[in-house]
Amino acid sequence: MNVVVLVKYVPDPQGTPELDDAFLVVREGTEGALDPGDEYAVEAGLRLVETHGGEVTLLTMGPETASAALRKGLSMGAHAGVHVVDPALRGSDALATARVLAAAVRRRPFDLVLAGVESTDGSTGTVPMTVAQLLELPSATFARALSVEDGVLRIERPTDLGFDVVEAPLPALATVTGSAPEPRYPTLKGIMQAKQKPVERLALADLGLSAEALAPTQRVVGLTRAQERAAGEVIQAGEDTAKRIVDLLAEAKVL
Amino acid sequence: MDFELTEEQEEFRQAVREFARDEIAPRAKELDEQERFPLEIVRRMGELGLFGLPFPERYGGQGGDFVTFCLCLEEIASVDSSVAITLEAAVGLGANPIFRFGTEEQKRRWLEPMARGEILGAFALTEAGGGSDVRSMRTTARLEGGKWVVDGSKAFITNSGTPITAVCAVAAITGEGEISAILVPTDTPGFAVGPPYRKIGWRASDTREVTFSGCRVPEANLLGERGRGYAQFLETLDDGRIAIAALATGLARGCLEESVRYAREREAFGRPIGAYQALQFKMADIRVGVENARLAYLRAAWLKDRGRRYKTEAAIAKLYASEVAVAAARDAVQIHGGSGYIEESSVARFYRDAKVLEIGEGTSEIQRILIARDLGLPGTEL
Ligand SMILES: Cc1cc2nc3c(=O)[nH]c(=O)nc-3n(C[C@H](O)[C@H](O)[C@H](O)COP(=O)(O)OP(=O)(O)OC[C@H]3O[C@@H](n4cnc5c(N)ncnc54)[C@H](O)[C@@H]3O)c2cc1C
Repeated sequence: MNVVVLVKYVPDPQGTPELDDAFLVVREGTEGALDPGDEYAVEAGLRLVETHGGEVTLLTMGPETASAALRKGLSMGAHAGVHVVDPALRGSDALATARVLAAAVRRRPFDLVLAGVESTDGSTGTVPMTVAQLLELPSATFARALSVEDGVLRIERPTDLGFDVVEAPLPALATVTGSAPEPRYPTLKGIMQAKQKPVERLALADLGLSAEALAPTQRVVGLTRAQERAAGEVIQAGEDTAKRIVDLLAEAKVL
Repeated sequence: MDFELTEEQEEFRQAVREFARDEIAPRAKELDEQERFPLEIVRRMGELGLFGLPFPERYGGQGGDFVTFCLCLEEIASVDSSVAITLEAAVGLGANPIFRFGTEEQKRRWLEPMARGEILGAFALTEAGGGSDVRSMRTTARLEGGKWVVDGSKAFITNSGTPITAVCAVAAITGEGEISAILVPTDTPGFAVGPPYRKIGWRASDTREVTFSGCRVPEANLLGERGRGYAQFLETLDDGRIAIAALATGLARGCLEESVRYAREREAFGRPIGAYQALQFKMADIRVGVENARLAYLRAAWLKDRGRRYKTEAAIAKLYASEVAVAAARDAVQIHGGSGYIEESSVARFYRDAKVLEIGEGTSEIQRILIARDLGLPGTEL
């Protein structure tokens, strides 16, 4: 079973990313990492090939520094990496990114494409489904558990009341949430082995794509700071404590 | 000259940092309070290969170097010294002597499962009657019908009574002026451990008294050469001292991180307390100590990895880093004011954990004697 996991290198996931004048995330010269959300997808892929055999290939599009995201995933145990890197890709929007990823996925036979739900920097949450659309694959979103049997993918998707079970024939695409099994930490041996694993570098020309065809169709036009969270209310113990708490719960529509 | 870590070392340090932050830090306070051995965390560290870091793959290890092992200890100690010393003692004192001096058979039997973190080994040198003065020991081992018979007792032995402790290397008198090391499996009749000591720090680490009452083990359980036990233990401690220096550096760094965070938030007289130079200077000094302690342990570990002499460098690193850690913990509590004296704060735990760094694996006085001896001064025999 061949699993392709879409992974993204994001600037310091613990911090707040910097934006340039065109409201694009500054990626050069910043410390970054494999998007923590994508680690769940890598873990899910590794578990599937541990059960069914096969290989996990990581696919990323991004600047030179993005190779660190591949290395992290390879240290966790993924088998190979593909890095699409091309100066013309700077400033790509979600649609262009999906086109590039779909073109790169299509180059080899695969059974399953996995991705995180959304990136921690751009957070459009649209790339995986667009890739599925472009590849004409069924997509199963928000998986907290995945299994494959007789050529059918089955996922559990949490809902407000419980969870849905969704099935799709392979090949398919699934997005994996943070409630899926925790990603493993790389071992030193894994880190050392990652250095020997194949990483293919592709430019746009290798994918038969032109920069014009990938011109952004979306642009961020403005930016407003989120409102600072107001200070909470401290309820002093006293006669109407209970009443005040009930009122608050009612206001929050919990009651 | 090159101060750069390799990419592998850097990536591994990052992985351990995340593991320490996500898996150890949230449990540190509770384990300390309950004085509970961190078995679950030990299992996770075993899966991660931390117990086999500096050992070759053919013995179940990760094939890393000592520098990498020390980086790992610094990361863990920056959040929890009890977990860090559990790992340090297991690798540095439990597994390392078997790796250095053991037979192929002993390595297969003990080192392999130790490297995977499945079992722990203890290292029993100190006796109630003398720790620094190793030669005053009373524990004996005599050969009787192809078996060693061990009698005596040892004090302050780390990892001796955990649920997964499987073997204890004991230093014993095996003849006139002759000290040897014998491996005693913990299921040997006559092997017994006392209750855990109630310590002021390292509370989640397992430390006990160990007694040997007519323990009979095969002659083949001699570790290394007969009569070289003293030298072997000293060589093991040279490695252990580098590791303790890394642990001390981690503790000092933890103190610094907590202090800087607190000093930026806490206000007094209308300003963050970090705006007062009196506290800035304390933090600047801790920073200097952390950086220099790290350089000292890395240099000693680097020498060791290259097969060069490192005895004095190990003593220098251990002495310096442990004193930096004690000073850093004292200042960190001061910076935290009253809240630093309350068990809720990490720095209170760091304060209690720091002191033993100046005692275990050779006191500060013993390190100074070793350094003075290297200067060629008289009266430095031990
Ligand atoms: C938590 C903990 C864990 C430990 N784990 C282990 C373990 O796993 N295995 C093990 O074998 N031991 C272990 N020890 C023991 C430790 O190594 C000894 O406590 C240490 O070596 C000091 O020995 P001592 O306690 O007998 O002190 P002493 O040797 O009695 O020293 C008392 C004081 O006298 C000073 N002193 C002694 N001789 C001289 C001298 N010649 N010149 C100047 N000053 C001197 C010392 O520096 C110290 O200040 C552990 C101890 C602790 C507290």
